[in-house]
Amino acid sequence: MGKISRRKFLAAGVAGAVAGSIGGARSAWAAPKLQGYPDGMGVLVDLTRCIGCRTCEAACNAEHNLPAPQEPFDDLSVLEKESHNGAKRRTDESAYTVVNRYEIPGSDTPVFRKMQCNHCNEPSCLTSCFVNAYTKTGEGAVIYDPEVCVGCRMCMVACPFYVPAYSYSSALNPLIVKCNFCYDNRLVHGQPPACVEACPQEAMVFGHREQLLAIGRERIRYQPDKYVDHIYGEKEVGGTAWMYLSGVPFEQVGFDTTLQKEPIISNVKGFLGMVPMVLAIWPALFTGFHMLAKKRERNAAADCQDDKKGESR
Amino acid sequence: MKRLVKNGTTPLDGPRPAPDKQPWTFKEKLLLGLSLRDYLSQAFRNPLNWVAAVILVVGLPVIVSRFIFGLGYVTHASNDYPWGLFLGFGLFCMVPLSASGFLLGTTVEVFGRHDYESIERLALLNGLLGYLFAVVYLLADLGQPWRLPYPMVVSWGPAAVLFLVGWHVATYLSVQMAEVSASFFEWVGWLAGKRFIRRIALGLTTAGIILSTLHQGALGALFTYAPGKVHPLWYSDEFQWVFFFCSSIPAGLCMVIVVSTIIKRTMGWRCDSNFLDNLDRLTIGLAKGASMGLVTYFTIKLIGLAHDNEWAYLATSWGGLYGMEMLMGVVVPIVLFAYSIRHNKVGLARFAALLTVLGIVLNRLNTALFTFNWNLYQELPHIGEIIIVVSIFTIYLLVYRFLLYRLPILYTWKEETVVEEAVVVIPSAEKPSETQSLGEVSA
Ligand code: SF4
Ligand code: SF4
Ligand code: SF4
Repeated sequence: MGKISRRKFLAAGVAGAVAGSIGGARSAWAAPKLQGYPDGMGVLVDLTRCIGCRTCEAACNAEHNLPAPQEPFDDLSVLEKESHNGAKRRTDESAYTVVNRYEIPGSDTPVFRKMQCNHCNEPSCLTSCFVNAYTKTGEGAVIYDPEVCVGCRMCMVACPFYVPAYSYSSALNPLIVKCNFCYDNRLVHGQPPACVEACPQEAMVFGHREQLLAIGRERIRYQPDKYVDHIYGEKEVGGTAWMYLSGVPFEQVGFDTTLQKEPIISNVKGFLGMVPMVLAIWPALFTGFHMLAKKRERNAAADCQDDKKGESR
Repeated sequence: MKRLVKNGTTPLDGPRPAPDKQPWTFKEKLLLGLSLRDYLSQAFRNPLNWVAAVILVVGLPVIVSRFIFGLGYVTHASNDYPWGLFLGFGLFCMVPLSASGFLLGTTVEVFGRHDYESIERLALLNGLLGYLFAVVYLLADLGQPWRLPYPMVVSWGPAAVLFLVGWHVATYLSVQMAEVSASFFEWVGWLAGKRFIRRIALGLTTAGIILSTLHQGALGALFTYAPGKVHPLWYSDEFQWVFFFCSSIPAGLCMVIVVSTIIKRTMGWRCDSNFLDNLDRLTIGLAKGASMGLVTYFTIKLIGLAHDNEWAYLATSWGGLYGMEMLMGVVVPIVLFAYSIRHNKVGLARFAALLTVLGIVLNRLNTALFTFNWNLYQELPHIGEIIIVVSIFTIYLLVYRFLLYRLPILYTWKEETVVEEAVVVIPSAEKPSETQSLGEVSA
């Protein structure tokens, strides 16, 4: 709770800055609500169960009428594909989710990892967007409003999981492309997402985030040899709605294990907190300087009137 | 133009000399008081115009194709590098180099250092054009540039740093327009407007200081949204905005030195003695300011290193890049400035200023582009992006020169107090069509 009010305070700070600088803008907007919803939904992905069949990719593609992929979904060779720069496949303008294959050093069974938006509790895509295009819904989804997006791509810079993609190929209506937790057609009705439902391995569990954490802990406790003792997403960047269990160290399957525990917005608070101070102190400070300078000028002018006149005109 | 002036032509720099008191027509003003033939022939003689023409012949079609075929046509369409050169150079480099306006404004209007007045207008214009073209680059980069006003009127995200940047750049742009309009009013002969601007100059300047402090810093704060993506040597949770703000001070001052040097070399005919005679002394003065800014910047960079305990990174190849940037852009200029100030070596100070400007550009590119995604992979900008950036920069230089040739920036407009009133009335009364085209130019 303390956190929330701090956020609000910061938001008010920037808002104040703007109001101050444009002189009397109406302050009739609401600060964005950024709390993680306690009864939000989530998904627990168990990497030990995933066999890399791409069924989830296909299901998502069908659910959202996305363009047909370059390689059909039964072509599993793409799982090893790397782009020209050595990076694994990632979400792009035609895929909300992708599965990649990782070879594990010292083991001959590869591990597969599905990636999509993790639906952060305090999403940095949301907090960084200057037109407030993102919403964290009560159900836990982070959804995007294509009507207001300007296309600055700040959210792509800000997302620590490299999730949002941009439809660069469109000239007239390029938009952010991102998994929306199947919000409109499923989540609002309490149904699990298409990818979760389609998975033949039941590698994913859909449920309340709190329950999922309990399930995750349970699995780790029952089979401590099978799992790494960590639920990825429980704490990372303030917690995410989609979380992962893994049998191998997370960094070996493409997770960033160096992420901070605090939400990304907390890095920005130093600057945001400074804004109202500059607004309050600067005008007085510089008016003071100006008056000092004026005074000096007058004194100097009084001292040697003729000389000074020419110089300081 | 140089040659014409040598042969006795006086470039237009005030009301038409007596005996005939006819005010200049707008066309005459545009042509610098030359005949159309003379004007064109001097333009064709200038080799720089040919270079610019070649660049634009290549560049303009690429710019047009960006808007017809979308961003993907001229960039790598990278989802990992959402920001390329357009913002990396256009926004993150142009804005600090345009801090000159608020710095010199503060020096003259707030601190009352009227001896800097002869260079103040140049600094203001430099600031205005820098911001203007930063917005042009932004328009090239935005996926839907026609939605640029959205953060102002359609949907507000007031907790976002970019929101603050957007608002501030927009307001500051108007502040700078007002500041520079003083010279424009002199040129068109509307002295009431000029007097009004003079009266509110202090207010404008103070607004400029506040807005500049905040958005220069905000550009740095943008990167605190991507803590793991920018290399730790270029990143700091707490200090990022301080780095950006602090380095914008030497950047802005040195930009004025560099620009004034180029002007002195290539456009001497346009400067009056007030500008030329004071320039060397003011350059040293600016150099003093810049070196103080650089020393502060260097100190907080070191504090940043120590605070986040990043010494180990210095031994990596990233450390090499960092070392090069700091050495070339900060340490060497500090030493050169110190020497040149002591021994009054203006040429050396100018060289140091150039180094500083390049150093800041390198710093911003490093932060936004080169070290971005440092543990992912590196990507060089697409050729289309480079062409567009160079073309827009060429247009920037052409506009810059166009204004310097005409507006009383480098010279003092010769006022004839008696004619003042007449100047106000006649052009608008007799030549309505010209006042119209005048509106277009100012828009
Ligand atoms: S994973 Fe990225 S895109 Fe998804 S909510 Fe978090 S920050 Fe936003
Ligand atoms: S690209 Fe769109 S959604 Fe993303 S930050 Fe910019 S305006 Fe917001
Ligand atoms: S939750 Fe829905 S939108 Fe997201 S990856 Fe799964 S199917 Fe696609």
